[in-house]
Amino acid sequence: MFAFPNGVVQRISGTALIIQGEDIDTDRIIPARFLKCVSFDALGDQVFADDRLELAGEHPFDQERFKGASILIVNGNFGCGSSREHAPQALMRWGIRAVVGVSFAEIFFGNCLALGIPCASASPDQILAIQAFVNDDAARHWTLDLEEMALASDQDRWDVTIDAGPRDMLRSGRWDATSQLLDNSSKVEGLMNRLPYLNNFATR
Amino acid sequence: MADLPGGSTQLFVGLHLIHEVTSPQAFSGLRDKGLTVACPERTVATVDHIVPTTSQARPFADPLAEEMLSTLERNCAESGIVLNGIGSGRQGIVHVIAPELGLSQPGMTVACGDSHTSTHGAFGAIAFGIGTSQVRDVLASQSLAMNKLKVRRILVDGRLSAGVSAKDLVLHVIRTLGVKGGVGYAYEFAGSAIEALSMEERMTLCNMAIEGGARCGYVNPDQTTFDYLKGRPHAPSGAAWDAAVDWWRSLATDAAAEVDDEVVFDATAIAPTVTWGITPGQGLGIDECVPTLTMLDPGERPIAKEAYRYMDLQPGTPIAGVPIDVCFIGSCTNGRLSDLRAAAAVARGRHVATGVKAFVVPGSEQVARAAEAEGLDQVFSAAGFEWREPGCSMCLAMNPDRLEGRQISASSSNRNFKGRQGSASGRTLLMSPAMVVAAAVHGRVTDVRTLALHSAS
Repeated sequence: MFAFPNGVVQRISGTALIIQGEDIDTDRIIPARFLKCVSFDALGDQVFADDRLELAGEHPFDQERFKGASILIVNGNFGCGSSREHAPQALMRWGIRAVVGVSFAEIFFGNCLALGIPCASASPDQILAIQAFVNDDAARHWTLDLEEMALASDQDRWDVTIDAGPRDMLRSGRWDATSQLLDNSSKVEGLMNRLPYLNNFATR
Repeated sequence: MADLPGGSTQLFVGLHLIHEVTSPQAFSGLRDKGLTVACPERTVATVDHIVPTTSQARPFADPLAEEMLSTLERNCAESGIVLNGIGSGRQGIVHVIAPELGLSQPGMTVACGDSHTSTHGAFGAIAFGIGTSQVRDVLASQSLAMNKLKVRRILVDGRLSAGVSAKDLVLHVIRTLGVKGGVGYAYEFAGSAIEALSMEERMTLCNMAIEGGARCGYVNPDQTTFDYLKGRPHAPSGAAWDAAVDWWRSLATDAAAEVDDEVVFDATAIAPTVTWGITPGQGLGIDECVPTLTMLDPGERPIAKEAYRYMDLQPGTPIAGVPIDVCFIGSCTNGRLSDLRAAAAVARGRHVATGVKAFVVPGSEQVARAAEAEGLDQVFSAAGFEWREPGCSMCLAMNPDRLEGRQISASSSNRNFKGRQGSASGRTLLMSPAMVVAAAVHGRVTDVRTLALHSAS
């Protein structure tokens, strides 16, 4: 197992695996009963637990050929529903370091960003083609490059997009927002001294 | 408040709400970084997801649930955060208690590690769910990094018909615009139908904005908002009240204000609405049938196929008449006093059908005590419903309340995802509280408009 993301996130390399379907919600990524925990540590084994149970070993996260994959290829509105960070935490602890898909639910995207996991987008047709390539050759090595904005293997190359803000945060290693927010603590104080609802609605 | 490197905006959080599920790792993260809570008085805690709704005696039978609550208690005590715990008279689902305590107010930014934080938009607040890393950031700095949202006005004119509620309205909106239609947007709910809604109805509406993909939804503050807030524990009083109302009034968007998008709905055309599938967008008017593939856009067909299989509902099946095993009334969507009144009005003088398990879970201790004072608990008990203690209950089944096996529920909650209600093969039909009672009484999905209401005795 590689270390969790830390610092600059510029290129993610490894094999890929695919999860197909629109609107895959976070209850499916990590069912609620596994949220009964005070740490994220055990979540890696529980990712997609119910779907995996249903498919009895045939789920992509159980298939031997996808073992060790670090790039997840998904379809549209991936990660919709609950705000649980347990979902990207579970994916990360299984080994996922980047997600490429048609689109992502916003809270899920932000939760991934806060962990240093890029969510890059490509068109529906491109994603279907990439998923077909991964399915045909699970051993193929891919690199998601945030500088080149591409997902490439030694045989092909696909343009991907990610908004400039998150991209810069990942590439500069500033995706962990806490310190930036704390840098502005005097501005927070200033605002708190002005906001009507924190000052008994006194007119200034 | 400030632009951050990378193009996002640093947003001050006026009200931070926390619960036992998404906060423990945030406190750990804070400690790992050697930080403390910046503004403990701007964070308010409660316990809701994991509490049993039968016996709430401590320690809980489930040691994991007990550990989560005791961790929250310890974190709040160490940080000086008020915890509205069991038996405090103020405990309940976080999105029910913050409004009833007067904490949620117009013009605030409200954040909570819970996607249904959009509920508080009913007050004309910008309210949205965040992840645990962001909970840590808010604890540390009372602010978070956020990208600007576009605004889509959902303009609803006309009046909802009798038997049609805010729940039906929002299920109709999501069904029309889709579960990803709102991604990148805040939904502004406006128009004569919205203005006529009570605060609790507006909360139901905004609560489910997230199910339409919108990170937040809001209603502009008006006299209904102010009347609701007046006299609540955390609402301003005395001279501050008048100043507050002046400020709140000034916040409302001008009806002519430019928005990024606008979609118009006719309230009079909306029927009681029920979901048939595995996303909240798979909704039907009560007179309709499960759609055939040819009726759907090509993009919606794969998930419809999955829904036919998972739900065991064939295309062309009328949704009215689908047999039901379990009936659940409650949740942050529909666990407030007006929801229970609407349900009780249908339940009064009737009885739950043989073989159906039905229970009512008030959204908070305050809701429970107010409902009991009106005798609603007696109405439900006489009708064969169990009357429970407050909590999130079977909405997401992080507690003893859950479906078993392939059971199918009529539920007043907000998500019908696969496995949502605690069984990996359990099935959920979302509907209004009154419709849940109609389903409970007949043992199958039923148009509540066909049941005469008995007046309170």
